Amino acid sequence: MKVHPIAYSVAALALLLLFNAFFTDGFFAIELRDGRFYGSLVDVLNRAAPVMLLSLGMTLVIATRGVDLSVGAVMAIAGAVAAVLANGDPGKALGWLQVSHSVPLVVLCALGVATLAGVFNGVLVGRFGVQPIVATLILMVAGRGVAQLVTEGQIVLFENPSLELLANGSVAAVPTPVVIVALAFVTVAVLVRKTALGLFIEAVGSNAKAARLAGVASAGVVIAVYAVSGLMAGVAGVIACANISAADSGTTGLYLELDAILAVAVGGTSLAGGRFSLAGSLVGAVLMQALTTTILTRGVSPHATLVAKALIIVAVILLQSPALRASLRAPKEQAA
Amino acid sequence: MPLLQMSGVRKAFPGVLALDNVSLSVERGEVRALMGENGAGKSTLIKVLTGVHQPDSGSIALDGAVIRPRSPIHAQELGVSTVYQEVNLLPNLSVAENVCLGAEPRRFGRIQRREMNEHARAAMRRLDLDLNVTLPLSEYSTAVQQLVAIARAVDRECRVLVLDEPTSSLDKNEVEQLFSLLRHLRDQGVAVVFVTHFLDQAYSIADSVTVLRNGRKIGDWKTTELSKQELVAHMLGRSLEEMPQVEHEDYVECEPMFHVVGLGRRNVLDPASFTIYRGETLGLAGLLGSGRTETMKLIFGAIAGDCGSMTVLATGTRDIRPRSPRDAMRLGIGFCPEDRKEEAVFPGMSIAENMLVVIQAKRGWLRPLPKRKAAAIVEEQVAKLQIRTPDSHRPIENLSGGNQQKVVLSRWLAAQPSLLLLDEPTRGIDIGSKFEIRRLITDLAKGGVSFLFSSSELEEVVHTCDRVVVLRDRKMVGELHGADVNEKRVMEQIAKGEA
Amino acid sequence: MTVRIARQNVPALATLAVLVVLYVAAGLTFDGFFSLRVLVNFFGDNAFLGIVAVGVTFVILTGGIDLSVGAVVGCTTICSAVLIERQGFHPLAAFGAMLLAGTLLGTAHGVLIHRFNLQPFLVTLAGLFLARGVGLWVSTESVQADHPFFKTLSASKLPLGDGVFLPFGALMFLVVFAVGVYIASSTRFGRTVYAIGGSEQSAHLMGLDVARTKVAVYALSGFCSALGGVALVVYTSAGNAINGTGLELDAIAAVVIGGTLLTGGYGSVVGTLFGLLILSVIQTAIIFEGSLSSWWAKIVTGVLLLAFILLQRALQPRQ
Repeated sequence: MKVHPIAYSVAALALLLLFNAFFTDGFFAIELRDGRFYGSLVDVLNRAAPVMLLSLGMTLVIATRGVDLSVGAVMAIAGAVAAVLANGDPGKALGWLQVSHSVPLVVLCALGVATLAGVFNGVLVGRFGVQPIVATLILMVAGRGVAQLVTEGQIVLFENPSLELLANGSVAAVPTPVVIVALAFVTVAVLVRKTALGLFIEAVGSNAKAARLAGVASAGVVIAVYAVSGLMAGVAGVIACANISAADSGTTGLYLELDAILAVAVGGTSLAGGRFSLAGSLVGAVLMQALTTTILTRGVSPHATLVAKALIIVAVILLQSPALRASLRAPKEQAA
Repeated sequence: MPLLQMSGVRKAFPGVLALDNVSLSVERGEVRALMGENGAGKSTLIKVLTGVHQPDSGSIALDGAVIRPRSPIHAQELGVSTVYQEVNLLPNLSVAENVCLGAEPRRFGRIQRREMNEHARAAMRRLDLDLNVTLPLSEYSTAVQQLVAIARAVDRECRVLVLDEPTSSLDKNEVEQLFSLLRHLRDQGVAVVFVTHFLDQAYSIADSVTVLRNGRKIGDWKTTELSKQELVAHMLGRSLEEMPQVEHEDYVECEPMFHVVGLGRRNVLDPASFTIYRGETLGLAGLLGSGRTETMKLIFGAIAGDCGSMTVLATGTRDIRPRSPRDAMRLGIGFCPEDRKEEAVFPGMSIAENMLVVIQAKRGWLRPLPKRKAAAIVEEQVAKLQIRTPDSHRPIENLSGGNQQKVVLSRWLAAQPSLLLLDEPTRGIDIGSKFEIRRLITDLAKGGVSFLFSSSELEEVVHTCDRVVVLRDRKMVGELHGADVNEKRVMEQIAKGEA
Repeated sequence: MTVRIARQNVPALATLAVLVVLYVAAGLTFDGFFSLRVLVNFFGDNAFLGIVAVGVTFVILTGGIDLSVGAVVGCTTICSAVLIERQGFHPLAAFGAMLLAGTLLGTAHGVLIHRFNLQPFLVTLAGLFLARGVGLWVSTESVQADHPFFKTLSASKLPLGDGVFLPFGALMFLVVFAVGVYIASSTRFGRTVYAIGGSEQSAHLMGLDVARTKVAVYALSGFCSALGGVALVVYTSAGNAINGTGLELDAIAAVVIGGTLLTGGYGSVVGTLFGLLILSVIQTAIIFEGSLSSWWAKIVTGVLLLAFILLQRALQPRQ
């Protein structure tokens, strides 16, 4: 019987929670205060929200045998656009675009720019055949520059209570970021599973040559997944800037592309493309955050989480490596 | 005593006996052609000789001494060098480096570039090659790169030179250049094993020929004592006398469907013209590498042609040259590729998904097949093709080769094409599935679907097809119909090969 | 006479052209840009980046990538500062230990990548986390490192006349650069690096030592990163775990703009010097301009990167 790939991450998460149930006081305590849930578990979900969002897009990209290194920088761009528009100073960059009165318009503009960034990556990979790592490296380098261009290198503050609610508010006592993740998950899941896009994504990732010969419009599929990845990075970027009522182009989303890739890999999607699991990636993201929180509550240096992540990456990719599996099995000669 | 003597070589892989008691001997200064169709065991034999595979039993002797090559590098050190079809050199480095790398002249660890270039120039002079050794290899054509590969092999004490289909992508002049080099080496006493599927080339360069079929050696002959017809008969395993006459119904020209007019591409396929009629199965016959796959890929737009066009009478499309598979699909064309694993199967995806991908690709991503309709299609195809699986949601890898092939076939049948290109649909599958697939083709053809069918088994082609287009050396050389569709006539065409 | 330009030389020539155009344009626009002092600063200010980029060049020539270099620089600066200040190590001993650690980390990358056929960007990403984590673990604060030995080092600079000196860091970079050029062009190791980038399978069939060379390039990159960290400590007399954040991207940009193909096989260490100088000219010109801000450097770098990647793509034979 084959184990469903998501089972490992769920099991690991369960073990981690079990550990905390015994060794961390009040880990499972949840209280309702001012119409919002509080507690370690809620905190874990809330803090995992940006990586969960990124991992949704990253899952699709990795399923096509690609990778998107630019998501952290795209977060910074989206955050910068949202902050500058919300600030609404006509003397600043984008000052001609006076939309600060309307939060939906501010958000829409930020998400639009982020999606465009994704399309840019997608065109490089899908149309021009540039390797995904190379193509997305360009925005990884230049993206923060673009974000700083938008904010003119400053930390742009804004006061906009309804925009801040996106990060700090709650819907039916659940923190808004968690609700947004749920909405994004449902949207992306419907997009790929209720249309034929999911089938095409898996086909391109499973066997790109065969996909072309079966008439799948591979370039379009590739552009679409990078666009979704850009959009998700945009959502994460808007939440990040709403959270601190400011845009900090230098640090927003820094190294989060790595966390997102890690969440996808831990969630059971093969880095070699093909079959993917959106839910698995969400579990992976939560697992990584739960691990971080656990390390912090143990009183270990927070920087140990970086080391732990490094070890987990190596472990996960080693486990996925066909070379390791082959060398573990009895050395058998392969038929030509 | 022959310089190279392989005797009683046996090699089995799980499920296949690739080589069964095969021997091969080559004298000093002899060029021996090694010929055979798909699955004959040529490449396994070469891999045993060059140390890629270790034989289960049997021995290799070089100049009387038993050798056991462990790897291609080891074989090279022993004096057996190989030049592959895909040039295994480094396009980014200079010709001189490609010749000398690994044994370059050094002083205190520093590569002596001038000395190295001089050495390479001398090596080139010995082989009558006029190249600028300081230019990067990529500046030269594939043919010249092959020659450089040979120069490298010869530069390091090469006594047996193995050429594994080196001429597949070369044009006539380039082949001639290669041959003059081979004659030169032969005169110096090198033993050459020349793997090829081009009949003319075998006759123009080889002194002798060894034919393999299904892992067995069929025989050794002097090329001067073997007619081309006999050679083809040996390769295909049909003796000329005992070939049964196939009964074909009187050939009636029916409604034409597709005109292929001068479709071709330089160095891939000479322009070919033929017509495909409604409800007929047109065969593509020819040896391995004769251009069967290329013909189909050109029609399907998987290889973009550089001349000629097609006319599709059913849709009224005239003079079109498909530039992508999607173009061809719009004309009602489908294509089952020869290489199932590399070009057709989606590993990790279910049988149903593998089956529905084409029909879905035609509908576009916004119009997913309704679940019930999809299930109905899958059920219908599983029943129609007798695909043996308890559950169509299982991964396709769980199926046998024959059933995988049926799934690939069904993905096109579900999309109801008017012309289906089948490139070796029966390759590497069990006899039962073979017959089922052939019967299916006959049934569907009666229903008005046209087929272009190729197979390395001639018997299959003449039994399945109403007409046969004969290819040879990437060129269409003839067309047979009616009573002429029999193995003897096809083999004559392949052997003679006048257009 | 017509001059034929070999296809693989186009990126290198493009690099040179971009460098000359930028330098001349900046020199004509800004007074004093052509001065010797500005030229020397190109080398002095970016010495550590240059040292790192030489190592990265070798990795990229094999068709790999090393994302850990910036983190290794940061980790090296903080660890050696702590070793010198708090553990009483002599700077040379501290530097030796860090160079060894960097080389070992690189070797570990190489072994994982080659032996288990893992994707280089993922493995070195793990290395990035590891080095950053260890660095921050040691100290999140900047640590001053005042040792008389640094004075000796800072004093060893090369007078160029006009009261302009080539600082120690720049000397270090030039030595690393010269050694890098020699290794790449004149040793069997160097040529094997190119061979692997051209075709790993062919290199193997030609009997070259692919395994050892592949591991060695990552080890070399680890060593160069640690050495870059050492140069930075000498330059700033301090260590900080967040030093070198994003440095991996600058290093890769310098290599690619220097005409080295990201798919491996084509390029040179000399090209990386040109790439580095292009980045330096852009940075310096932005400073001279005064009203333009530093982020323009990132954007211009990104645009150049895009241009070079598309140029490389166009030069590659299509399938």
